[in-house]
Amino acid sequence: MFGLSKADTRLFLIVIGLTLFAPFILNPFPEGSELAQFNAGYPDLMQRFLIFGIFAIGFNILFGLTGYLSFGHAAFLGVGSYAGVWMFKLLGMNVLPAILLSMLVAGLFSVLVGYISLRRSGIYFSILTLAFAQMSFSLAYSVLTPITGGETGLQLSANDPRIFGQSITDAGTIPVPSLFGLEMRDSFQLDVGAWLFTFNAGYYLCAVFMVLAFYLSIRIFRSPFGMMLRAVKSNQQRMTYTGLNPKPYTLAAFVISGMYAGLAGGLMVAMDPLAGAERMFWTASGEVVLMAILGGVGTLIGPVLGAGFIKYMENIVSKINDNILHQWFSFLPDGLEDVVVAIIYPFIGKGWHLTLGIMFMLVVIFLPGGLVEGGQRIGGWIGRRFGKGGSSAEAAAKPDAKSSPAE
Amino acid sequence: MSKLDLGRRRVLKTGAIAGAGLAMPTIFTAQSAAAYTNEPTGSSVVLGFNVPQTGPYADEGLDELRAYELAVEHLNGEGDGGMMNTFSSKALKGNGILGKKVEYVTGDTQTKSDAARASAKSMIEKDGAVMITGGSSSGVAVAVQALCQDAGVIFMAGLTHANDTTGKDKRANGFRHFFNSYMSGAALAPVLANQYGTDRNAYYLTADYNWGYTTEEAISSATEAMGWNTVQKVLTPLAATDFSSYIAPVLNSDADVLVLVHYGGNMVNSLTNAVQFGLRDRVVNGKNFEIVVPLYSELMARGAGKNIAGIFGSQNWDWKFQDEGSKAFVQSFGTKYGFPPSQAAHTCYVQTLLYADAVERAGTFNPCGVVEALEGFEFDGMGNGPTLYRAEDHQCFKDVVVVKGKENPENEFDLVEQVEITPVEQVTYAPDHPQFAGGSLGACNPGA
Repeated sequence: MFGLSKADTRLFLIVIGLTLFAPFILNPFPEGSELAQFNAGYPDLMQRFLIFGIFAIGFNILFGLTGYLSFGHAAFLGVGSYAGVWMFKLLGMNVLPAILLSMLVAGLFSVLVGYISLRRSGIYFSILTLAFAQMSFSLAYSVLTPITGGETGLQLSANDPRIFGQSITDAGTIPVPSLFGLEMRDSFQLDVGAWLFTFNAGYYLCAVFMVLAFYLSIRIFRSPFGMMLRAVKSNQQRMTYTGLNPKPYTLAAFVISGMYAGLAGGLMVAMDPLAGAERMFWTASGEVVLMAILGGVGTLIGPVLGAGFIKYMENIVSKINDNILHQWFSFLPDGLEDVVVAIIYPFIGKGWHLTLGIMFMLVVIFLPGGLVEGGQRIGGWIGRRFGKGGSSAEAAAKPDAKSSPAE
Repeated sequence: MSKLDLGRRRVLKTGAIAGAGLAMPTIFTAQSAAAYTNEPTGSSVVLGFNVPQTGPYADEGLDELRAYELAVEHLNGEGDGGMMNTFSSKALKGNGILGKKVEYVTGDTQTKSDAARASAKSMIEKDGAVMITGGSSSGVAVAVQALCQDAGVIFMAGLTHANDTTGKDKRANGFRHFFNSYMSGAALAPVLANQYGTDRNAYYLTADYNWGYTTEEAISSATEAMGWNTVQKVLTPLAATDFSSYIAPVLNSDADVLVLVHYGGNMVNSLTNAVQFGLRDRVVNGKNFEIVVPLYSELMARGAGKNIAGIFGSQNWDWKFQDEGSKAFVQSFGTKYGFPPSQAAHTCYVQTLLYADAVERAGTFNPCGVVEALEGFEFDGMGNGPTLYRAEDHQCFKDVVVVKGKENPENEFDLVEQVEITPVEQVTYAPDHPQFAGGSLGACNPGA
């Protein structure tokens, strides 16, 4: 189906299913229960899962296939965001032109950065991209303040021209991003007993883009072009000796992945029309590298899982505070409760980086192939344990089932 | 085989949803049923405390969080009540807000606009927060304020000093109690003219970001009006830790005053460098060389140590104030945590009480009702003397304190001393003052 092999079709359908039903999957605990803290099914976080999923998929096309480790990918995301907000300011609040321009501008910028950086490989390439990204950050933070809004970030104002829309709504507020009238923040909420599921328009727009991006990534992975990129990774010299010039291939991969980052940036401002310079800071570039490695470099689904995992940690674990811990452990005797809370406290709330770091170390040491490898191992173990029946299907399906909290 | 497997799963899932949908007659879009975003329907109300817990301003953020916890205690009738006893409005009863128990959620802004917005959004969308407050930098405050405007909740700004928060980026749903760059300039200039004379040449080192620009502009225009001359304005990168290369040119200029428009770690480093270069012992044109730091904080003073002695700056509040409100607040904060609160903690505590009081007086959590109750609200007993929440820009107007570093501090908390209190008339400006022009409040947004 869709010109994909049987296994790829299955993976693709699983991804479609997961994105479609994420509002259910991510809200497993009833409202108001103690565990509701771990629910991730609210629009903002679900959108983030998909947007950073797209970002990581794009990064993986470069890093996973060619082995070129870009340490400045956040710059493209940032440039895309700024382009998107400027479209909102100048043209109107429809998200499509903003997203398209984001991709275009990020693409052009990545041609420039790629053309220069790809003259070197290995660590020198990484450092060059890092330098470009930090340069973009500094420019956006201070020098280009009139264009980027500096530290405050670029946001909409009631005085923007918006040629094809209203500068200010009749109610006196700044209009919100919409797709031909469908506001991105519109939500439909479904009450099922104690559960509350939210279906958000913006989320499903992201879902459409994410599914398309994932499909394109599968096609690239399986294409002759993808094969060339793998050749670059395995032995670039041999490739040159056989008379092939790797330059155009790597540059194409760089630009494609830059445009993915631009798409992610465009979607980000479509969901929340503000672009800040921190989006381009080197830690943001490092984060996408973490996502790819955590999920599994060079695998199709891995980066998406990694992105989901990190965003889940950032948004859910960082919000657990000591009050909540005390509630959880209130059944313990007083002294013991304090001890348990004192032990766990450094790892939650402001300590979420610590937890993430430990998880990352564990994954890198014990599962060099990332979460995907973990899934495969569990799948394999179940397969061996319970006989051969359906083992292959389970091995493939398991990675997703296991990591569904992080999607 | 596998495809069939998957098909079955999808059918099951779809069936489950359809079944659930049919079984539940109470399907409704919650947003259209409520009158405003996150209308509290139960016996409690959720407030969102969004502060930097990691990053450069984590110290301020954690102190803010302590103040919020204290405020919640007082609102719920626990503890000694703090400023609720001295507050001029007596609407708060100590039984929560409108009889609903106050609960709160916390988040980490990381001092990044993006992270702050993500955290605020999760408070609004997931935890049902009806008010967001906090922040320790203007970039974050402006970003979260715009978000709250769009989402239809109230934003009570924490520590934010740049003019833009209630200037070009002001929003109807956002309120600021803290003072701003303009007020610093207006309060400092006369004191500086008094102390150092009106014939001075000032050299500016300014942190290269938004707050730096507005503060530099505010100070330079206020001092120039007093007769000072601006020699040069130099922007320094925010990430800089060594300012030697910026200090050296000061020695070669004919400047006799150095204004360090730096905050936090930046200021600690630049001031230390300046002192190391012997600027304070310098004599130019027969006048002693002086250093000025527009925005002071206790935490910065602690970092700079004895270098701060005798240096002028401005502050929103200081724990050594002797009015009843400040004493009550310092008392209950000290009892709970064992040390005095910072000005960041003070402004956050006051903001929470002001919000709760506005809700009580409005009789509703509806943001539009709260906005109406806060606009033009005059109050006293919150540590800053008589204060007005101006309706035109949602900025608090109150006296501004000019302070200077103590020559002989008694302990690590007693680092600054009050020089003068500039009365509110002197720091009041027109809402359309050039430094604040370009924005509009718009209409209040109750959401949904």
